Amino acid sequence: MSGRIHTFSQAEYEKTNHKTSKAVNQQTIGEEGVILEKKDVVIIGGGPAGLAAAVELYRKGIKDILVVEREEIPGGILKQCIHDGFGLTRFKTTLSGPEYAQKFLDEAEKENIRILTGASVVSVSHDRVVTTVGRDGLKHYEAKAVVLAMGCRERTRGALGIPGERPAGVFTAGVAQSYINLHNTMIGKKAVILGSGDIGMIMARRLTLEGVEVAAVFEIQPYPSGLPRNIRQCLDDYGIPLYLSRTVTKIHGKSRLTGVTVAQVDKQMKIIPGTEQDFVCDTLILSVGLIPENELSLQAGVELDNRTKGAVVDEFCQTSAEGIFAAGNVLHVHDLVDFVSLEAEHLADSVAEYIQHGGLPESGLKILTDTNINHTVPQKISGKNDFTLSLRVNRPLTNCEIQILQDGRLLQSRKMKKAIPAEMIQIPVKRENLSDTGNLEVRAIC
Amino acid sequence: MLKQYICIICPNGCEITADLEDGEIRSLQGAGCVRGEKYVRQELTNPVRTIASSVLLDGGVLPLASVRLTEPIPKDKIFDVMKEIKKVRLQAPVFVGQIAIKNILGLESDVIVTKNIPAR
Repeated sequence: MSGRIHTFSQAEYEKTNHKTSKAVNQQTIGEEGVILEKKDVVIIGGGPAGLAAAVELYRKGIKDILVVEREEIPGGILKQCIHDGFGLTRFKTTLSGPEYAQKFLDEAEKENIRILTGASVVSVSHDRVVTTVGRDGLKHYEAKAVVLAMGCRERTRGALGIPGERPAGVFTAGVAQSYINLHNTMIGKKAVILGSGDIGMIMARRLTLEGVEVAAVFEIQPYPSGLPRNIRQCLDDYGIPLYLSRTVTKIHGKSRLTGVTVAQVDKQMKIIPGTEQDFVCDTLILSVGLIPENELSLQAGVELDNRTKGAVVDEFCQTSAEGIFAAGNVLHVHDLVDFVSLEAEHLADSVAEYIQHGGLPESGLKILTDTNINHTVPQKISGKNDFTLSLRVNRPLTNCEIQILQDGRLLQSRKMKKAIPAEMIQIPVKRENLSDTGNLEVRAIC
Repeated sequence: MLKQYICIICPNGCEITADLEDGEIRSLQGAGCVRGEKYVRQELTNPVRTIASSVLLDGGVLPLASVRLTEPIPKDKIFDVMKEIKKVRLQAPVFVGQIAIKNILGLESDVIVTKNIPAR
């Protein structure tokens, strides 16, 4: 059986780099006298997006790649997602998160793709100089292309501004998952969950299986924010109630959480006075949304989309900074890892083309949206290629038709019995239908 | 009698309406594929689920090895299976696919390791 995860420390990486003498030749002295090691592609992040991009780049003949991963073991968030249901689209079988990651790690190992672990990227410049800090200090890489694959972060209590005390026992769903699935540390005895995101529901089931009493899940929106199947198999199966239009308004407890106050909200999501109810619990889990992790992108001067909180990209996954590409949850938050991998593989094909042809077509056509559509990715296109449009609706819609138009001409449409914000919708558009002039418009007709 | 189901087999989560008479399906609507019908049939007779958990690991770089079932088991056996999983203690290294419990409780499903974890 293909065995260990193949990782290198910076020193080992250099030792095992067969092209040591060549590598020296590839180094140049940059401004301020720093040594720059040249690379075709530097991939920031060794999670599902970064790994899929690396493997696909290698297949396309781009072999001078470096994946930089800050943790000791690559695989990203998949390492702690031990439940199954991954891979149904990409591998036509159901896998757990670690198994899904291992498929890509096995490929990376087979091709001897170097994954530099225990190293953080501290800066990325507009002209693609990537600075890392690892066990052996600071290193600088000058890349023809940089792939942003940093994933996303969870929104926290601070982002919600829940008033009350500051006791122990308040966790984001991912942190709770990490404690239980990676560190063998149980987090409490009686839990309440705020937010009906998929990770929160999956944690409700996980906690129940481990003997924790999960009293309820509260969602501020009038509709659930996670997938229907997770409501069924993670909540309904274990008799955990889901209350909509409710939120936590106060946190109680001095050193450890002793309870929360929950209240109903109106259509404007304002708290309805007099509806407050106290729940006794020692643990509060927050599953209240994910935000793409774009500190480095901003530093590199990459333009972000206020709706997705990820980069504005074209159909090549190229950002506003030439040669800097983004895919996966750093670009927009996905529901399913399969689509992260597929997006990263598409990115890799574009990066290979960029390197082999020294550039990509201009993308001057904007994709505009109506009020039913929350956002699209890409946000602009060249009009010269097939592309897949990813989008989310703003609110649950029934019996609607999603239409993609160019200059008022219908290019593509999809009738949907039900469209919900929890599910990303993907619609492929063929080049034959496109003109290379005229902006596109996406709308939902109900 | 009409009954609503949400298929859990894939992320599409099809909403299926079944017209039932004496526990028999007269007609089905809303299933996007054949697995939906199979799912409703299974839910009617014997609902099954797969579960995932972890087992203790000695001498590994991580304290736990993640595990899952290879085949779904009856829903009412989930907590019995969890009890068995909790008894297991493995020695590192462990590998994806390694069997932690063969044919758990005679339910024709194996508990397998889902992570490669080297020895410390």
